[in-house]
Amino acid sequence: MTIHNIYIFDHKGGLLYYHEWNRIKQSGMTSEEEAKLMYGMLFSIKSFVNKISPIDTKEGFLYYKTSKYTLHFMETPSRIKFVLNTDNNAQDMRELLQQIYSQVFVEYVVKNPLSKLSEPIQSELFKTKLDAFVKQSPSFLAKPL
Amino acid sequence: MVIYGVYIVSKSGGLIFNHDHNVPKIETEKTFSYPLDIKLANENKKIIVEFGQRDGINVGHILYAINGIPVTGGQLDDGRDAMQVLENKENYPISLRFGRPKMTTNEKIFLASMFYPLFAIASQLSPEPKCSGIEVLEADTFKLHCFQTVTGVKMMVVAERMQAGMDILLKRIYELYADFALKNPFYSLEMPIRCELFDTNLKLVLEQIEKSGITNI
Repeated sequence: MTIHNIYIFDHKGGLLYYHEWNRIKQSGMTSEEEAKLMYGMLFSIKSFVNKISPIDTKEGFLYYKTSKYTLHFMETPSRIKFVLNTDNNAQDMRELLQQIYSQVFVEYVVKNPLSKLSEPIQSELFKTKLDAFVKQSPSFLAKPL
Repeated sequence: MVIYGVYIVSKSGGLIFNHDHNVPKIETEKTFSYPLDIKLANENKKIIVEFGQRDGINVGHILYAINGIPVTGGQLDDGRDAMQVLENKENYPISLRFGRPKMTTNEKIFLASMFYPLFAIASQLSPEPKCSGIEVLEADTFKLHCFQTVTGVKMMVVAERMQAGMDILLKRIYELYADFALKNPFYSLEMPIRCELFDTNLKLVLEQIEKSGITNI
């Protein structure tokens, strides 16, 4: 089991934070371009899900799975989006995302008067705390290559 | 055991087959007094609920009828403008019927071609090499299963979240496609599938799943 990378987007689609732990394949574009592509895809998936759903959605899109990885998605009511890529065996990732939001993001970004909510996160404290938080989760275990 | 729909998308992203299977109809009729406690807006020639959810009327629902008279394109069938009728205090109490918008065929084609780039981007953004596109997409109300054949045709099934064995069903649909569409001399590739045998056999398989589960197809 392994966690590949995390993206955090603000309500306008700007990339707030990106970090990777175990990423084997790079997409071959700058991280800025990649973030835009990722956001565009999520935006489309959200509208796709809303239209194709047979009944009214509440949370909407939860995750998608490919042959190699799973993308977990969580959006807060304030439209901050958390995206976590893991392998296909990871369980309960939504809970982890919820905890990242409430225990790391709110504590070390929202409660930090020096970090603006519309700019990429610079705070070192946030970075170390997030890293530690993800590494202590049971799903984080680098796959031996 | 509920399957909501089956879609087949061609190699180039066009919708070539679609079958709706027991999609629930969500409609509510209520009597309102003046002023309305929900906010309506005119969007794309439809009157949609913008704010104020209650009694099964949700945001995003569209206005289907006023006092039993159907509303089409923002107009009542007797020619009156629906918004003006709603603004006029003398028309109250008024009975309004709301419902979840039904997908038109055009919208389905649009959605099918929208899935195509999503599928491609998902494999491009992969953190691991040699990754396929989206195989399963889950939302809180449904689960979409997608199977891409070697030739690039995508079979998709939209089902209830708990429904198991959808990969078997997708393979079965592929089999039906190979047997009844591709072997049909009147069927040309990339074109919508209009083969009666394919339709009837697919319906048979779906009915079987509903009756006796996925195990014996």
